[in-house]
Amino acid sequence: MTTFEKHQLIDTLSKLINILRIKTININTVLLNEQSPFALNHDFGNQLIFMGNLIREISFYRVVKIQVGDLSNKKEKIPTILVFTEEDKYGLYSNLLFKYFLAEGVVCGHDLFVASAKEHPDNILKELPAPLLDDTYRNERGEETTAVKSEDFQDSMKIAWRYQNLPKVEASPTTSTKFGHYYDVSKTMSPELFQSIKWHSFYLPEELSLQPKMKTHNMNSAYSRLLQSIQRIIYQDGFDGSHPQKKLKNILRIGIQSLGSMLWGDDICSSDSPEHMHSLTKFLYVLRGLLRKSLSACIITVPAHLIQNKAIMERVTNLSDMVVGLESFIGSERETNPLYKDYHGLVHVQQIPRLNSLICDVSDTKDLAFRLKRKLFTIERLHLPPDLSDTVSRTSKQDLAESAKLLSSGCGAMAIGKKHLDF
Amino acid sequence: MSAKERGQLVFLEGLKSCLDLLFGEEEKQSGQPSPLQFISESASDLKALFDFVRTSLTPTGSDSWKGPVLLVDDLSVLLSLGATPVAVLDFIHYCRVTVCYQLKGNIVALVHSNEDSEDEENELIVNSLCHHSDLILWVEGLATGFCKDVHGQVMHGRTRRGAEQDLVQIYQYKIQDKNVTFFARGLSAAVL
Repeated sequence: MTTFEKHQLIDTLSKLINILRIKTININTVLLNEQSPFALNHDFGNQLIFMGNLIREISFYRVVKIQVGDLSNKKEKIPTILVFTEEDKYGLYSNLLFKYFLAEGVVCGHDLFVASAKEHPDNILKELPAPLLDDTYRNERGEETTAVKSEDFQDSMKIAWRYQNLPKVEASPTTSTKFGHYYDVSKTMSPELFQSIKWHSFYLPEELSLQPKMKTHNMNSAYSRLLQSIQRIIYQDGFDGSHPQKKLKNILRIGIQSLGSMLWGDDICSSDSPEHMHSLTKFLYVLRGLLRKSLSACIITVPAHLIQNKAIMERVTNLSDMVVGLESFIGSERETNPLYKDYHGLVHVQQIPRLNSLICDVSDTKDLAFRLKRKLFTIERLHLPPDLSDTVSRTSKQDLAESAKLLSSGCGAMAIGKKHLDF
Repeated sequence: MSAKERGQLVFLEGLKSCLDLLFGEEEKQSGQPSPLQFISESASDLKALFDFVRTSLTPTGSDSWKGPVLLVDDLSVLLSLGATPVAVLDFIHYCRVTVCYQLKGNIVALVHSNEDSEDEENELIVNSLCHHSDLILWVEGLATGFCKDVHGQVMHGRTRRGAEQDLVQIYQYKIQDKNVTFFARGLSAAVL
């Protein structure tokens, strides 16, 4: 590369990046000072610059959008999030996560909005898991941690001494810092807890009979009803900051169950080239707009495995802040696989929000699995079960290597090819 | 912000204007068509959006800024909102004629792309934009997977600006909280 070209590239990048509000960039250790954000105006010729795949990797888009959002309502610094959960095949665990989200809202005293086309929202709220108070939780976890600690003391390794000083890997990342509350899935929440909070429900069959006609904006009518309903509540209860005299600011938690399924009147699950191809994406875009200007967070579960046209899921991912996929082992061959014998399913984190920063919080491990114990639902780092057999090698080692290969594409070094290392 | 007041920066916030379109009062809409009019109509042409671009960029008397730049944050979203790929390509073509040739300015557009994407409409837009662009920046993760010190690479490709210049240059980057560090391949701070 000639010096001229290098300067040209540095110039281009710096201008581009200045526009996108990054202070300095460092190319080949050349530190560039901050220029005017509008430096792109001159000497660029008639160039059409085009960036591909930028959103996923650098995601300037989100950062810029969020900053803009912050400017418009400076009083609140709470970023609004759209969480998107791809349902597991039988919808068991996604429903559980959905209820966790709502239960957390009840415990924190937030307002709730529950929308469903299948189950009546009242019933969903009746089945929320009961919160574990701090003492009970400590007892639950206490047994486990003391058991682990007593082992720690006799920890001086004689054979595998190389591993002595390695840091301990914590299976569940929540043990050190407490975030949110814990719930007992075996009990339901007591009705007294609901009395302190305000909640709204949207049950599609009821809504259809209430208002027979309305403007649909070329969208599926169920979706546009839902949007109108959310917008009305946001406006009426002042979540958009339109009543500044109201001092107490609260958060609205919106939960939408099985969006995109046939019950919502959408045909994306039944046809490869659906009539309402853009309804779901339009809905999400408008919902994003509503969330951005108000103090609210939303969780949506979607039967992703039913959606025929995969392009829709790609667009939906781009329109949400956070996407989590659940893969349950029920009915799949992994249920009997020894690699997964401790778990009930895998968690695929597909998108993480970047809030007020260029980078998101990336954890070291990408392979997460969930497990439903008697009372607790836990998400843990996936690890191989210890090999405690007397024989030298596992009986099904070949199987394990195969399934480990399937497990993760990010972990390229592990189990490539059919051969495995045996030592 | 002062640039916005001086009229140097015109910002169309899609999320906000689509809310105005859907939930705004009727009489407001009747005055001037919203740039995102195509969302609520069955005929998906982006004429209203282009008209907005043209009137915003056309110099008005004294405060004319030389060489306007049109930044389009995500053409792919237009597809999600119901515009056909042909309508999006028409829109960008009209913008090129107006911004690049009449006003001697530039266009920067962002598009998503994924190698194993099944979104054919989006790929059509990506491919034809690649064909028309003078400078392409591809930002992607490393092929070998996630790495703590190198977050991805930028491929910098220049087309049609000269015969021998069509080689592709690759830089790697690392994102920090408030800035991004670019470096040549294999020269990340963790290695050196």
